[in-house]
Amino acid sequence: MNIIDIVRALPGGLAQGLMWAVLALGVYVSYKILDFADLSVDGSLATGGAVAIISIEAGLPALLAMLFAFLAGALAGALTATLNTKLKIPPILSGILTMSALYSINMHILREKPNVSVPSSASTYNGMFAKLFSLSVIDDKNVLTIISCVIAIAAVIAIMYWFFGTEIGSAVRATGCNEKMAKAQGINTDMTKYIALMMSNGLAALSGALIAQYNFSADVNMATGTIVIGLASVVIGELIVGNRFSFWVKLLGVVLGSMIYRLIFTIAVGLGMNTNDLKLIASIIIVITLCVPTIKAKIAGRKKNART
Amino acid sequence: MLELKNIHLTFNKGTVNEKKALQGVDLTLKDGDFVTVIGGNGAGKSTMLNVISGVFPADEGSIVLDGKDITRLREYKRSAYISRVFQDPLLGTAANMNIEENLALAARRGKSRGLKWGMKKGEVEEYRELLKGLELGLENRTGQKVGTLSGGQRQALTLLMASLSNPRLLLLDEHTAALDPKTAKKVLALTDEIIKRDKLTAIMITHNMNDAITHGNRLIMMNAGKIIFDVEGEEKKKLTIGDLLEKFETITGEEMASDKLILSK
Repeated sequence: MNIIDIVRALPGGLAQGLMWAVLALGVYVSYKILDFADLSVDGSLATGGAVAIISIEAGLPALLAMLFAFLAGALAGALTATLNTKLKIPPILSGILTMSALYSINMHILREKPNVSVPSSASTYNGMFAKLFSLSVIDDKNVLTIISCVIAIAAVIAIMYWFFGTEIGSAVRATGCNEKMAKAQGINTDMTKYIALMMSNGLAALSGALIAQYNFSADVNMATGTIVIGLASVVIGELIVGNRFSFWVKLLGVVLGSMIYRLIFTIAVGLGMNTNDLKLIASIIIVITLCVPTIKAKIAGRKKNART
Repeated sequence: MLELKNIHLTFNKGTVNEKKALQGVDLTLKDGDFVTVIGGNGAGKSTMLNVISGVFPADEGSIVLDGKDITRLREYKRSAYISRVFQDPLLGTAANMNIEENLALAARRGKSRGLKWGMKKGEVEEYRELLKGLELGLENRTGQKVGTLSGGQRQALTLLMASLSNPRLLLLDEHTAALDPKTAKKVLALTDEIIKRDKLTAIMITHNMNDAITHGNRLIMMNAGKIIFDVEGEEKKKLTIGDLLEKFETITGEEMASDKLILSK
């Protein structure tokens, strides 16, 4: 591929980045706010995609299909929360168990088929917008996706900004920050974990619903490696925005992180990178971004030692 | 107002690590009592506070607070009546949240939390007034993350938070032990002030015998999961460190082993 091809691939990359940004916002809730490394998104994203495509196939409007997807994801989050809070299973294992169980459930939702498609004439959100602006669902797919994702993300950020400022939202933040303190301040930390995990997995499923509609199909394997993508977006976002700004800027940083992550991918593929290596690159990107603070501290320490 | 009856608690029952932490604790507190608790390591002091606050459910016995049986009540629900300050200054506050948010969380202890904004208009002004009383200059820094404060500042803030929303009982678990002597003194003076001002009932564990004697109206000594000595009023005021050590030896038949106890006069 050459430069022209890479430029041509950019709108698609941007659309992908925005769709996956919804997942990244979900991962931000579990990983950063609740401080719970939740792997169940590796299943709930595909659940969202499956529920959305099956709903649309049944003739439901896109908005309702996405609402169902969100609720299905929230249910998966509730399962992880139950395993962790009621049955006292450690966070990582709770997530893995839900993720694994969801694979079977997703197969059932997709009527035992690994992949279900809908025709491009189906009432996906792209179809909705295409009619509204009299555009072509196929040719203007990326433009349509970018418009609808920007609307969706703006709504999600606004809701998150509001929610985490409320009494319950503050209680969720306190739980993630210091559980012992939260309990001492009369916070039902089981309930706050339920809320955060349901929100997180609901957003992952919503992201899956967007991606499935973009592809006109849901695949049982579409969520493999989701957590890595989500984490990469969160850490890249944090690297850019840092800790100085207000909450909604941090959320915007996560969206930006998701877009940058996709951009790196698009360029890597454009430069002839083997697509099988993408997961490896994703892990390397996370390792690099996560160890930046450690390296910075080491360098600072060395300078200090050199001076004394 | 608080009544512990025959509290037993054993950790890791039936294993080689079995530890009988509490072996029949009976304690009755009157309204306004300020009890100091001393005893060696492993005597069951912290465990007793943790049983009262609901961190560990008791194996046996009952806890009654203001005529209400709270033995089976969950920890976060007990927090409506019981506020706590821990030994580790990092445990009492949420580091990633700012000073006013921490106070707002404490102000809602025991109240139902809804989708109202986490802080009402005018609340910050109230908190500024309260923070002024600490004389640490925190009143001008309410927007600052608690993680940036020193251990002493965080402990003073935790104490202020513990006094919000009218607790019935205040539990202090060696809350000055991790602070430098000067700060410890300040926080202790503040403790006295808050308990007096709000007429709180309080239990304070301390490793410092002198503090145990000079603070509060009642003193209890614990050993091997039991209360072995309980003294109040005038009798307590006359106590000396020597008396306490002697008392310990005559009751238990052993010397008070903890260097920390003896050294921290």
